[in-house]
Amino acid sequence: MTGKGIRIEGLKKRYGSGDTAVDALTNVNMQVSPGEVVGLIGPSGSGKTTLLKCLGAVIEPTAGRMILGDEIIYEDGWKVNDLRALRRDRIGFIFQAPYLIPFLDVTDNVALLPMLAGKPNAEARSRAIELFKALDVEHRARAMPSQLSGGEQQRVAIARGLVNHPPVILADEPTAPLDSERALAVIRILNNMARKFETAIIVVTHDEKIIPTFKRIYNIRDGVTYEEAGEGRAFT
Amino acid sequence: MISLAGRDIMHSLGKFIFTGMGLGLLIGVTLSMAGIYRGLVDDGKALLDNSGADLWVVQQDTLGPYAESSNIYDNAWRGIRSMPGVARAASVTYFTMQVHKEDQDVRAMVTGIATGDPGTPGWPPYLVAGRQITRDHYEAVADIATGFKLNDRIRIRRNLYTVVGLTRRMVSSGGDPMVFIPLKDAQQEQFLKDNDAIRQQRRRTAENPAFNQPQMPGLLDAIIASQSTNQYVNAVLVQVEAGQDADKVADTIRRWKRLTVFTRAQMEKILIGKLIATSAKQIGMFLVILSIVSAAIVAFIIYTLTLGKIREIAVLKLIGTKNRTIVGLIMQQSIALGVIGFVVGKITATLVMAPIFPKYVLLEPLDSVIGFGVVVMICMISSIIAIRAAMKVDPAEAIGG
Repeated sequence: MTGKGIRIEGLKKRYGSGDTAVDALTNVNMQVSPGEVVGLIGPSGSGKTTLLKCLGAVIEPTAGRMILGDEIIYEDGWKVNDLRALRRDRIGFIFQAPYLIPFLDVTDNVALLPMLAGKPNAEARSRAIELFKALDVEHRARAMPSQLSGGEQQRVAIARGLVNHPPVILADEPTAPLDSERALAVIRILNNMARKFETAIIVVTHDEKIIPTFKRIYNIRDGVTYEEAGEGRAFT
Repeated sequence: MISLAGRDIMHSLGKFIFTGMGLGLLIGVTLSMAGIYRGLVDDGKALLDNSGADLWVVQQDTLGPYAESSNIYDNAWRGIRSMPGVARAASVTYFTMQVHKEDQDVRAMVTGIATGDPGTPGWPPYLVAGRQITRDHYEAVADIATGFKLNDRIRIRRNLYTVVGLTRRMVSSGGDPMVFIPLKDAQQEQFLKDNDAIRQQRRRTAENPAFNQPQMPGLLDAIIASQSTNQYVNAVLVQVEAGQDADKVADTIRRWKRLTVFTRAQMEKILIGKLIATSAKQIGMFLVILSIVSAAIVAFIIYTLTLGKIREIAVLKLIGTKNRTIVGLIMQQSIALGVIGFVVGKITATLVMAPIFPKYVLLEPLDSVIGFGVVVMICMISSIIAIRAAMKVDPAEAIGG
């Protein structure tokens, strides 16, 4: 580990207590370096979503350790006071559906995050436009989300995940609604962005089309992660 | 930082404006109700102002002449006029009835005014057309709200009167327009019996041996004559001399004349506190109910709008939006809805409702300011339910699973 990216050690999550307790995560260990895109796969009910929620500081794990960059953010309890600020500034999210705010135009959908972090409007919008250029949606900058195609919406959602330059991005089945060609395009973009912004990206997926593109895969079964080597197939 | 509420409103402007217009009609009705109450009070005050009196002298132990029936002798004014501090005194009669013009009739308060000159208590203080009454009989001055015009011939009971003057805002406490006629005519009209009743009364009097005594010729005629004339008026209106204390003058009249005297403040209290109190309470209840209904509607609209944005709120929370930003989004929308509703309501009340109401609707600017404050307050309170719903949204909903 170079001091960036994200590392998870012995993470556990138990729902409920006593006889009704359910161990959703029993032993999760992961490490994703800056610039790397890894896949997180597993059958339904294996704990993928629970892990994503723990990584996203949405729910609190029961035990273990999470290190983001150089900082321990969780070790038998949160080590940061403001989880919202943590999510806003240091974790990027890309959802299964783009979930763009329908009443904001494309630029403001992306610029909202730096604005929430206190950046001036002009700087926030400039950051958004810069990402749009990289993602080839610059020409749609003033459009409303309803005017975009599915692929364009997902690229804008990627821009939103990247705009605050977070050290880690959590992508929850980002290619689910897309056909093969567009799904692969999204993964290509994520790889390019990971390299460009030195971001660690974890992609939760069921999508057989994109699994061969990952060099490393974490397979989660019954709350335990198993690291596997991926095919790392080149994009066509 | 961009205004999320503003963007959301602009995004669905049509829906928002239509919703605001619906709410505005309700607010318009509420403002009109307040205007009707103010109109009632103003009608009462107009009646007192326009009478030109400082004191009202009425039958002992009554609340006349507006709130209760009052009868005093029509020569009482002479004695009152001679009391210290009294500048002018004049008899007056009031009775509400249907005044006919051809085949139509109008409900009006017929007011009998004493002969004199302009400024005499009871006289209409100003005219908008024509002249004051100058003859002792069969002339009338009417409020324009009656719909009468100059030279119209109107019928009050069996007599015809010519409208010689028109006045404005001369109404009873109930809002009925006033028709002024000479006092003598009014006294006659107030107690005028039909021919059959007069004939029957004369026969009964003639059959009474106490009244029809052969050794006293002329007694029966005198009694019948006294029965066919009315010597009563409802009140004497008094103007006090400049610099005199109305309360002291009133005390003097009470002591020496054994009549009840009301000052302007007391009469206002009777009119507003007793005569229109029930109507005011009724309108007050309507206002409360309408406010509650408005609050419920605003709460429902904002709650529904918020439920439609649950996913967006979850995303906003997940990406680190502060609670106060989300609260601001909901509350600003609620207030914006209230502002649109108030503007529509004010326009509706002023331009549509007030002119078509049969009674006077007085929309006071201060009431509008208070109404605006109340609307904003109601909107803020109503948004609490939606805010609570938004605060309960789990950011994890954006992730799914």
